[in-house]
Amino acid sequence: MKLELHRLNVKSLKFGDKTGFADGVLTVNKSELLALISEDELLGKNLDVDLAIPGESVRVMPVKDVIEPRFKLEGKGQVFPGMISDVETVGEGKTLVLSGCAVLTAGKLVRFQEGIIDMSGPGADYTPYSKTCNVVLVLEPADPNMDKHDYEKACRTAGLKAAKYLAEACKDVKPEKIESYEFAKIRDAMNSYPELPKVGYLYMLQTQGLLHDTYLYGVDVKKILPTVISPLEVMDGAIVSGNCVSACDKNSTYSHQNNPVIADMLKRHGKDFNFVAVIVTNENVTLADKRRSSSYATKIAGMLGLDGLVITEEGFGNPDADLIMNCWKAERLGIKTALLTDEYAGQDGASQSLADSCPEGDACVTAGNANEVIILPPMQKVIGYAEEANVIAGGWNGSLAEDGTITVELQAITGATSELGYTKLGAYTL
Amino acid sequence: MAFKVIHYINQFYANIGGEEKADYKPEIREGIVGPGMALKAAFKGEAEIVATVICGDSYFASNMDEATNTILDMIRKYEPDAFIAGPAFNAGRYGTACGAMCAAVAKEFNIPVVSGMYPENPGVEMYKKFAWIVETPDSAIGMRKAAPAMAKLALKLLKGESIGKPEEEGYIERGIRKNMFYEKLAAERCVDMFIAKLKGEPFETEYKMPVFDRVDPQPAVKDLAHATIALVTSGGICPKGNPDHIEASSASKFGEYDITGVNDLTSETHCTAHGGYDATYADQDADRVLPVDVMRDLEREGVIGKLHTKFYTTVGNGTSVANAKKFGAEIVNRLVRDGVTAVILTST
Repeated sequence: MKLELHRLNVKSLKFGDKTGFADGVLTVNKSELLALISEDELLGKNLDVDLAIPGESVRVMPVKDVIEPRFKLEGKGQVFPGMISDVETVGEGKTLVLSGCAVLTAGKLVRFQEGIIDMSGPGADYTPYSKTCNVVLVLEPADPNMDKHDYEKACRTAGLKAAKYLAEACKDVKPEKIESYEFAKIRDAMNSYPELPKVGYLYMLQTQGLLHDTYLYGVDVKKILPTVISPLEVMDGAIVSGNCVSACDKNSTYSHQNNPVIADMLKRHGKDFNFVAVIVTNENVTLADKRRSSSYATKIAGMLGLDGLVITEEGFGNPDADLIMNCWKAERLGIKTALLTDEYAGQDGASQSLADSCPEGDACVTAGNANEVIILPPMQKVIGYAEEANVIAGGWNGSLAEDGTITVELQAITGATSELGYTKLGAYTL
Repeated sequence: MAFKVIHYINQFYANIGGEEKADYKPEIREGIVGPGMALKAAFKGEAEIVATVICGDSYFASNMDEATNTILDMIRKYEPDAFIAGPAFNAGRYGTACGAMCAAVAKEFNIPVVSGMYPENPGVEMYKKFAWIVETPDSAIGMRKAAPAMAKLALKLLKGESIGKPEEEGYIERGIRKNMFYEKLAAERCVDMFIAKLKGEPFETEYKMPVFDRVDPQPAVKDLAHATIALVTSGGICPKGNPDHIEASSASKFGEYDITGVNDLTSETHCTAHGGYDATYADQDADRVLPVDVMRDLEREGVIGKLHTKFYTTVGNGTSVANAKKFGAEIVNRLVRDGVTAVILTST
């Protein structure tokens, strides 16, 4: 399997008559984009598109998802298969990427679990999306009493459509950089690098259901048995976030498209290990599901004869149990594990960080304590609704001060403790 | 101006006497006494010991609350910027007194507190969460090393500088998690650690897995027909509008609500404050999380004696174990006070 990523580096955004890319600037035809997302009858009349550039005194909140604009130039299928494109398998050919650009779905809250993105100031250090040029969709439901699941789907779809639209409009521009990725067939992989350990990546997806969902080729992942996927499919948007969980550690669609664990494992492939497979699994709520999925996922790793697994979690609390089952089941099959999670150690950092543990989890990297409190000074402009700070996960009644200052836990900042490891944050013990 | 520091020592280091003088009552003297000289030298003028508190080890151990309050009152007028106790090396009662005073001062005045102890001093285990305790040798021979290390850490804290890892700064690990930005992405750190583990090379986990305390369930209730049963939930059910503003995540409080005469929770009367699950179905009918309707049926049928007049509720989502323990203890006190026989705990 071979995939080329054709990159255009977006350094700024502006509105204009024709959506397209030139000299580092992505021009957005606002009315065309608005017309595209307004097609959805589930969305209201007062939709808006705004722009947020790194360094500006701008706060976007509440943010639901972040998506990188991509479009398949060649090869089977199209980006976000099974969601806004056909179900055909992706991961081969050529895909255009608007690097440095993101679509944010924001506006009226779906549920409590949406986040804050500050484009400058102390909050900007904690979110990866203060460094991207953001096209912000300000959304609202057609009916304020609409079923939350319908509204979530409408927001999700609007973001994906906008991301594809922006990249498609740039499809004739000559790429500034071409990256080539290959991933071997399992038969060939087994015969390669005999001196190196065979390893895989166990990719846990949030699937507690009821607005805590992730989609694989459009399939609700809580309904799958763990399965094998190529990392190249992930780059083409085979995995899409449908999540309303705490903003700090839900994996945005953007972080799936740019999964840094996959990126680093591809880099080390052939040198430090032989990267053979990615196994995706779910995090369902019932004990039977947890046991079934952890046994099945580690069984696949065992069938492939893997020597090691990197395991990433999504979310916290309940999914800690899935992480721990995956860990000890793999280790007891003789498969060495390293875990990537985050922590809820209390605002003072003095509580235990995970809801479950096992002695086999001796190699654990964390993306920081999500309960740590941060003060976000006021911004000149707020895109969205600042008052939601008082109700979002990580905030409390009084989080928003009169002058616009927001005091919240890092939990409320989008991507702050990304469990795909997309930030440099971590923690240590005092 | 130099920072103002209060120093705490026992009767032995104040040159008052040994075990025979261990019942010496708290006293405060202006300026430096005994080992304070070594601290003064290490402060190099950046901080000054304005007063020294002296207390006998036995007196403190036998009169902990009274001694603590007396000493807090003694030091209040100095408006200290920091409090240093010891070093106590491996002296058990002295270490315990140093730790207890550090904890009390930190709570009362919210200023940096530093002590010094040998790792096996019982004061370490009891108070390391509340104080910075510099690791010292087991006897006073270590004073030359201990005092400068304590002074250095105190100065850093006074200046508001960030404190590095225990092994870098020389203090005993407190078990408190602190965020920092690393050089590399968490993903890269994880793959690095993975490779080290695969190769059998040494690596240091970023989080040592906790060991949990497990609670055995109580024996079954024998006489349900005369039992008073209470409902307690971490599912966030509360009167509509969440009048006490229980947080959607990382709760700082629990709620106590009366259900006298309530036979059914409806979308008109109750909702959930919880931000960790889809609340659609709980908001439609809160009995799904807090089964008041079914409990009333059981009450009418005589299966249970009665349903307790109040229910207790909080949000489990992202709430620290320390807060959860605190809520649990307080709720249990109230349930016991009200004569509740057993509790049905519902989560989500």
